[in-house]
Amino acid sequence: MITLSDQPKLAYAFVAREAALMRRYWLWELVWIVYGTVTSLSVAYIGLAAPAITGSEVAPSTVSRFVLYLLVGTIAWRFLGLVFENIAEVIAWERWEGTIEYTFMAPVPRLTHLLGMAAATIVRASVVSVTTLFAVALFIPVDLSHADLASALLFLGVGTLAFIGLGIASAVFPLLWTEKGLQMAYIVQAVVLLVSGVYYPTSVLPGWAQALSVISPATYVIEGLRGALIDGADPLSLWPLVWPALLVGAISIPIGLAAFVRAERYAKQTGRLKRSG
Amino acid sequence: MTLDLDLQATRDGTVSRRGESLALVARGVCKSFRGAKTVRAVDDVSLSVRRGEIYGLLGANGSGKSTLIRMFSTLLEADSGEVRVFGHDIVADELAVKRLINRVSVEASFFKKLSAMENLVYAGRLYGQSGPDADARGRKILERLGIGADRVDEPLDKLSRGMQQKVAIARAFLTSPMLLLLDEPTTGLDIRSKREVQTFVRDLRDGHDATILLTTHDLDEAERLADRIGVLHRGRLVAEGSGEQLRARFGGNDLESVFMTITGRRIEEAANEATEAASA
Ligand SMILES: Nc1ncnc2c1ncn2[C@@H]1O[C@H](COP(=O)(O)OP(=O)(O)OP(=O)(O)O)[C@@H](O)[C@H]1O
Ligand SMILES: [Mg+2]
Repeated sequence: MITLSDQPKLAYAFVAREAALMRRYWLWELVWIVYGTVTSLSVAYIGLAAPAITGSEVAPSTVSRFVLYLLVGTIAWRFLGLVFENIAEVIAWERWEGTIEYTFMAPVPRLTHLLGMAAATIVRASVVSVTTLFAVALFIPVDLSHADLASALLFLGVGTLAFIGLGIASAVFPLLWTEKGLQMAYIVQAVVLLVSGVYYPTSVLPGWAQALSVISPATYVIEGLRGALIDGADPLSLWPLVWPALLVGAISIPIGLAAFVRAERYAKQTGRLKRSG
Repeated sequence: MTLDLDLQATRDGTVSRRGESLALVARGVCKSFRGAKTVRAVDDVSLSVRRGEIYGLLGANGSGKSTLIRMFSTLLEADSGEVRVFGHDIVADELAVKRLINRVSVEASFFKKLSAMENLVYAGRLYGQSGPDADARGRKILERLGIGADRVDEPLDKLSRGMQQKVAIARAFLTSPMLLLLDEPTTGLDIRSKREVQTFVRDLRDGHDATILLTTHDLDEAERLADRIGVLHRGRLVAEGSGEQLRARFGGNDLESVFMTITGRRIEEAANEATEAASA
């Protein structure tokens, strides 16, 4: 019997655990922040160098817009990527720590477990990406004076939902293939990066990639974030970008969960939960 | 058959024919692992453990002890057969079973960089306890097991293997399981720690209404702790009874010679079967 009112408390176990892990592995968190900042900076400099690279005059306002275009892409991708990775790694990480059997033996419904991990991840991804944004702003002028914050938060929220679903669905791979499963999850992430127009408009992509971009939630989220942060578009005018991403989230979370529960059962039937190989 | 007749469970698997309540009932449980070569790890095992009993499982390496324990703790699904914990079917009623059990494995299995207390509080929360409750209880249990208050907030990978094993036992005990599954709980501990853990296990049963199933390679430990002992050999339960009964039946002075007789004879039988098969 599952008591609904107990679930937030159970989910909190994972948030508290992840917070404790972040404290103990703080040096690693610092490494990720530095890494993220450096990556974002190198991408932003591409924008600043637009006149030098193309060899032609580019108006300063255009350069500044280009830089913001790239920055929104890289930092939003950092955030969504962290959400995806943390959830896709739920199996692999606990296998590595050696705790997987204890977490899976506990009387916690799988949905509660995964939502708890998702909540922890949102906290972590927010801290890391906001810090990265401020660190980048130390080096490069970031002009957010036109930004519509409500729209931006809306898209981050919708994107988070969709990426939680994608992450849960990808966490299935390590349950099925103990050795190569995690790499498969990373391949999913890489393909999403390629087709979603993170650093360029999807119009430059070949036809097959454009077809994939239509089903990638990141396509809508990143475009929406650009609209919000660069052009200050309000939530209502961005609705055509909101609903497709929302739809992916609404579909992928239940499908991902169902796949996860089935894969967990398969792992318990074949002895793959803990063993590698 | 080696099963005590009076312990055969009635249909719903909650009481024996004598009317004792049963903590664990397994009937015809099988488990094979498919790979390059299929391994039959557990082969048609039936056993019952009474509430409040300490049941010891003996068996050589690879005889299927851990596999059996994993099936009892919902971590592996049996290919066939049925397992009930206090009457709950382990597959159909998984969540209810999970609330009643806990397990200690040979490997300590912790978040290595978290402290003993952080690991225990996490475990307590998973079983519905509040953080402060789990913290207070955890500290008490660790103290009881001889882990000094000065060590409980250190990262676990700084503690010795024996101390980690005690923390693992504390983690299981923290959730007040009705059925405690101990897979080689004292392997790798020095004599003193071994005794402490053994005393703790006994006290647990006597003072806390816990039923305990434990595996061990230490025959002395089995004799000392277990009310009944089952011997697993190549996945089959080949003998069962109190230490005394086993000695009487297999004619040895101690459990070691009983164990050798049982497993040795089986090895000879298998060798004979193999030669017969080869000459046929
Ligand atoms: N997850 C698994 N995948 C494949 N084979 C497995 C798995 N778990 C156990 N086995 C195999 O099943 C058999 C029984 O293993 P098990 O771990 O149950 O033995 P054990 O009695 O606990 O041995 P030990 O005393 O060494 O702990 C062994 O041949 C082992 O290799
Ligand atoms: Mg074992």
